[in-house]
Order: sequence, then structure tokens, then C-alpha cells
Amino acid sequence: MIYWHSFADFIAMGGYAGYVWGSFGVTALIMLIEPILVSRNRKSTIARLRRQLRAETRNTAE
Amino acid sequence: MLKIVMAVITRDLKLAMRRQADIVSALFFFIIVVSLFPLGVGPEPDLLRKLAPGVLWVAALLATMLSLPRLFADDHRDGTLEQLALAPYPLGLVVTGKVIAHWLVSGLPLALIAPVLGIQFDLSADALLVLTLAILLGTPALSGIGAIGAALTLGLRGGGVLLSLLVLPLYIPVLIFGAGAVDATVTGLGGEGHLSLLAALTFASIGFAPWASAAALKIALE
Amino acid sequence: MKDRFNLYRLASPATFYPFAGTMIPYFAAVSAVFGMAGLYLGMLVAPTDFQQGEGYRIIFIHVPASWMSMFIYLVMAFWAAIGLAFNTRLSGMMAQALAPTGALMAFLSLWTGALWGKPMWGAWWVWDARLTSELILLFLYIGYMALTAAIDDARRADKAGGLLLLVGVINVPIIYFSVKWWNTLHQGSSINMAKSSMATTMLWGMLLMAMCFWMYSIAVALMRVRTIMLERERHTDWVKARLAGDEK
Repeated sequence: MIYWHSFADFIAMGGYAGYVWGSFGVTALIMLIEPILVSRNRKSTIARLRRQLRAETRNTAE
Repeated sequence: MLKIVMAVITRDLKLAMRRQADIVSALFFFIIVVSLFPLGVGPEPDLLRKLAPGVLWVAALLATMLSLPRLFADDHRDGTLEQLALAPYPLGLVVTGKVIAHWLVSGLPLALIAPVLGIQFDLSADALLVLTLAILLGTPALSGIGAIGAALTLGLRGGGVLLSLLVLPLYIPVLIFGAGAVDATVTGLGGEGHLSLLAALTFASIGFAPWASAAALKIALE
Repeated sequence: MKDRFNLYRLASPATFYPFAGTMIPYFAAVSAVFGMAGLYLGMLVAPTDFQQGEGYRIIFIHVPASWMSMFIYLVMAFWAAIGLAFNTRLSGMMAQALAPTGALMAFLSLWTGALWGKPMWGAWWVWDARLTSELILLFLYIGYMALTAAIDDARRADKAGGLLLLVGVINVPIIYFSVKWWNTLHQGSSINMAKSSMATTMLWGMLLMAMCFWMYSIAVALMRVRTIMLERERHTDWVKARLAGDEK
């Protein structure tokens, strides 16, 4: 079922290792980093909006 | 309908005549950019003949970009644009007039000077003729598509750079068929096919672009 | 309780926000499952390509990334059309949430295309019609993002961006056709990427990976649109209530 004979075979990719793993690596990196950046941006946005909201309620209370 | 378009054209031309320096600057920009290329790549006539169509066309795209930010900005600043948007006739017609006027002061001079610059690149008489025709046919499309970008970026900071970012990718078909027409003439294939596609692009964009620009102007004026 | 599923109600940010929140983990999980199945088939089971050797395995991400980059642009244009026609708030937010993912997909398509092209054609970059169109598509994404970022007023940004998307989507076929024409004139059809005799496992691997990319894009776009919603609707009661709660 599995096409490869050994793990080393798989890593070597028939001599195309640099190209294949270069493609898959960068893709994996981007698909990992993008959600992290999005959720970090979300957290900072929520924190900022909370601060603004608190400042507004304090102003109206005074 | 035609009256409105004519009225806008004459008005814009009058305004442009008061600012002749702008027209001349854009023209000299075109001449200087084209003249820089032989200095950059060397004077071999064979190489220059090959490069000429692309160089002239890219320079024409850039020269057109120069005057685009001003297309609506002045009218926007003094409030004329709001008046025109509220007028009882469609804004698309007004924009059609402005696009034609823009072409008369930016595209037409380029077409007239292009054969002279083509001589610098050792183009044959046939190629020069096709070059002039191609720029005559293609530049109205540049003014039309450019008007959409000018309307979208109206009143934004960094509008000029943003405008070129939006518009230059959309200019690619005009560049390809425009330069292709000259190239096909140089290589002896004949540029008629390219020229007719260029004309089709121009008609499509002159018919469609003013209305898209009018919609963009309304968004900007809200 | 007659809380029927109502599309119009869903179009309002206050309802869509929690709905998107519950859907994100599902899309992420489905994407991971498809990804693992696709990688298993494509990287472990699929036989080698006798013409291209193992280098062909790059298509398992190259083709899905290219498809997604084009598909996302179409989806954005669809939202833009809805937004301009019906003046809905959600559409502009969706288009803006999709744009960065679309641009990244276009970038990935170019990156993997270069890494594929080097061993296959002997060059990192060739002015092939498809590669060139992909590059122009990336430019269109960048133009859209630059335009919406430059406009402070959110409503104007949505509408101007939407108009640009519609103009862009009309232009994409013209650009593709002109680039193709230009390409055949200048170098003939020397490059033929189409492989008609593709093994079934390869095809399945590719389709699974495409599903993985699709679900991933939806998950990330939903994450992004939730942040945009909070930002845009910060003066409404529902956002204030959420911020007062333990929104993470």
C-alpha cells in the first residue's frame, strides 16, 4: 500500500527533497502562522475595545 | 445627451489650456523615460528595435498615470463635482466627457510624439505607422480605466501611488495588444489582429468605465 | 420555541457572530481531516510520476492553492455584488476578511510553482500564461487590500472595494486571455502542464487537499470576520455586552 521502501527514501523524494519539502514547509508555515496572527490581532482588538468601553462608561458616570 | 458630453469636454479643455505646463510635463516625462532605455541597454539597433514597442508602451502607461489623480481632484476640491452629481442628467455622461477631454490632453499628444521617439529606436516606416495607430487606439482605454481608479481613490491620502497600484494591473491587456501590434509589424506578421482587439478594448472601456467611475464617485461623495 | 433557521436573521452581525464562532472549530477540524487524508494519499500512497519523478508531488499543494486563490477572488466579487445590490453590512466584512487569505493562496501558488518549475523546466520563473495570470491576481489582491486600508470610513471602504472587485472580476478573463495570446505568440506552446493520464490516487489526493485548503480558508476568514465585526459594531449593544462578558 505505502509506496516508499524506507523513511530515508521518503525524505529524499527521489532527489527532489529541496523542492518538495521547500513547498510543503512554506505552505505549512503559512497555514500555521496565519491563524496565529489572526487570533493575536483579535485578542489585541478585544483588549483595545474593552479599554475604550471602560473609558466611555467612566466618562458618562462622572 | 451629446450636448452634455460636449459641454464637459469644452470646459475641461479650457481648464487644461490654463495649465499647459502640466500637459507639457507629462509629455516630457514620456520622452525622457523612452530616451533613458537606450542608455540603459546599449545602442545596438537590433536590440532597440526589439525593445521599442514595450518601452514606448510602458512609458505611455506611466505618463498617463501622471495626470490621472487630477482628473476629479480639482472639481472635488471646489465643489463642482457635488453639483454635477446632483444635476438632473446622469453622472456617467459627465464622466464620459471628462474621460474624452483627458484623452485629448494626455493620450493624443503621446500618439503624436511617439513616431519621433520610434525613430530613435530604428523602427521602420510601417512600424511607426502602426505604433501611432496603436497608441491612438489604446490610450482612450487607459483614460477610461484610469478614471475608475481616480474616482475610487478620490480624496485619499497617498492617492497617487494607490491609484497606480489599482490601475496598472488593469492596463495589462492594453499593453499586451498595443505593444503586440507593433511587435507583429516589426516581425512581419502584421498587426491588424492586435489593432482590432485594441479597438474592441477601447470601445468596451469607453462604454463601461464612465459608469463604473460615476458609481465610484457617488460612493466617494456620500 | 419557533426559532426557525432564518437566512435574513443570520445576515445581521449580532446573529452571525456567535454562529461563526461555533462553526470555526468544525471547519478547522474538517480541514485537518481532509489534509491528513490528502497527505497520506498524495505523499505516501500515490506512485511516482514517470515523467517528473517525485518532484510532481508539489502539485498536491500547488493546484489547490491556485484554485483557492481564484475561487476566493470570485467569492469576494460575489459578496461585493451582494453588498452593492442589497446594501448589506455583512458582505463587505466578508470580502475584507477573505482578501488576505486569497493573497496568501496566490503567493503560495507562485512559490510552489517556482519550486516545481525549477526541476521541471530548469527555471524558477517562466512567463507562462498561468504563472503570469497568477502574479497579476496577486497584484489585484494587493490593490484591493491597499484601497480598503486607505479608506477610514468603513462603509465607503466596503463599497469602493466592492466596486474594484467587480471591475477586477470582469477584467480577469480579459487579462487571462491577453496573457495567453501574448504567451503563445512569444514562445509557442512549449510548456504543457496538462496531464491527461493522471492516476486515480493522485487525483483523489489532489481533491482531498483542495477540500483541506477550502475548509481552512473558511475557518480563517470566519476568524477574521469576527474581529472585523467587533471593531465595526463597537458602538452597538451586542458588542458591548460581549465585551463586558468573558469574550476571548
